[in-house]
Amino acid sequence: MEGKKTPLYEKHVEYGGRIVEFGGWLLPVQYSGVLAEHKAVRTRAGLFDVSHMGEIWAEGKDVFAFLQNLVTNDLTDLKVGQTRYSPICYKDGGTVDDLLVYKFGEDRYLIVVNAANIEKDWEWMQENVGVFQVTLTNKSNVTGQLALQGPKALEILQKLTTAPVGDIGYYHFLEDVLVAGKVTIVSRTGYTGEDGFEIYCQAQDAPVLWEAIMAAGKEEGILPTGLGCRDTLRFECCMPLYGHELSPQITPLMAGLGMFVKLDKEDFNGRDALKEQKASGLPQRVMGAEITGRGIARAGFPVQCEGKVIGHVTTGSPAPTLGKNMALVLIDTAYATIGKEIFIDVRGKAIPAVIVKKPFYKRPQ
Amino acid sequence: MKIPAELKYSSDHEWVKVEGNKATIGITDFAQDQLGDVVFVEVPEVDAELTATEGLGTIESVKAVSDVYSPVSGKVIEVNEQLEDAPQLINEDAYGKGWICVVELSNPAEINDLLNAEAYEKLLLEEA
Repeated sequence: MEGKKTPLYEKHVEYGGRIVEFGGWLLPVQYSGVLAEHKAVRTRAGLFDVSHMGEIWAEGKDVFAFLQNLVTNDLTDLKVGQTRYSPICYKDGGTVDDLLVYKFGEDRYLIVVNAANIEKDWEWMQENVGVFQVTLTNKSNVTGQLALQGPKALEILQKLTTAPVGDIGYYHFLEDVLVAGKVTIVSRTGYTGEDGFEIYCQAQDAPVLWEAIMAAGKEEGILPTGLGCRDTLRFECCMPLYGHELSPQITPLMAGLGMFVKLDKEDFNGRDALKEQKASGLPQRVMGAEITGRGIARAGFPVQCEGKVIGHVTTGSPAPTLGKNMALVLIDTAYATIGKEIFIDVRGKAIPAVIVKKPFYKRPQ
Repeated sequence: MKIPAELKYSSDHEWVKVEGNKATIGITDFAQDQLGDVVFVEVPEVDAELTATEGLGTIESVKAVSDVYSPVSGKVIEVNEQLEDAPQLINEDAYGKGWICVVELSNPAEINDLLNAEAYEKLLLEEA
């Protein structure tokens, strides 16, 4: 198997991870099992290696204007110590990627992008520097990232630091936090729908942090968790995955991410096209579906209604917390209504399904 | 990895238990371990005619779909209906409660083409 190794590769092997190639990286799809790991994150805690994610620093006096032009969301009210989610688009409204923007200072931001898109995003950002005085630095290769997720995440992390990590609000972060003696950035974010933290560190410190968190979480029943449950967890919460619910052909509006597209802010890449798409009506929309027949919808399977193909499955699998088989489907807008009965073409068999509300799972508050 | 000595094996990781002109078919412990948590099993229909090396059904784990190939030819006379509600039996007891179907052999000589436990173990070592 060929691929890049994260600083935690040896840990994955040591912990019995089943290594697969994902977006050019060698990462564990599972350790003990997708269902057990999924449940651990929903009820206790799980530790993910997300070091493959890309970290690009943007600095300089025009960095705010540069980012406002790049992202579809509005950063005007983003304060130092806050994080914001946003898609980024091409001029035609197609999606380049979705990412997190961290504000460290008026002229210093961190952009965290999807692993498979690092090079593409880097080039796109370089192209968009234009007249802005901004310096971009790709630190992906020297940055490690661990995601500690689940209802016990805070309890576990607090054992390893004196910093008040419990006071970090959702989508906020703290810089220069000593965790197990290592300097980190602790961010209250995640991709699982549970409470939790994403912890950024120097790549060489990642193994020490991994061991410290696994040991600290032992009595809480922490499990090392792989890509398999990372996908089922985000899927239950209907969080988009680039390449599935977002792509150059799927705009953020079609993906149902309109709340992260601020058409009324100053000009940004894709604004005109997205305004036009909103005004003329979306051709297709990403909707949630429950499979009511016997079968599992998988990405790429055609979706049918009234005897014709109306779209395709973008993500499909069991939703372990619900005990049901669910799907995210991209379908013609005319059929995109809650309660609509559709069929999924599962290897030639038409399996009934019904359009339901998103998300499929929301954590109890 | 369990490889019972009394069974025959295919290189596609199915097992066969031959009793007279009947054969019970399932997937091996190695196969279930590779798949991970089994969440859906599509078994053949009773009376279906199976052909050796051709598909007899599918097994799905949370993240993957795998075809199951019939190691032998013959007519399906019984299927494991329990797998519909309890697909995890394949993980829990691949050689027992996780059996998939029983066929009446139409060409018993095909059994000779299958691997014995020793040869299957060797195959696993080569694939590892």
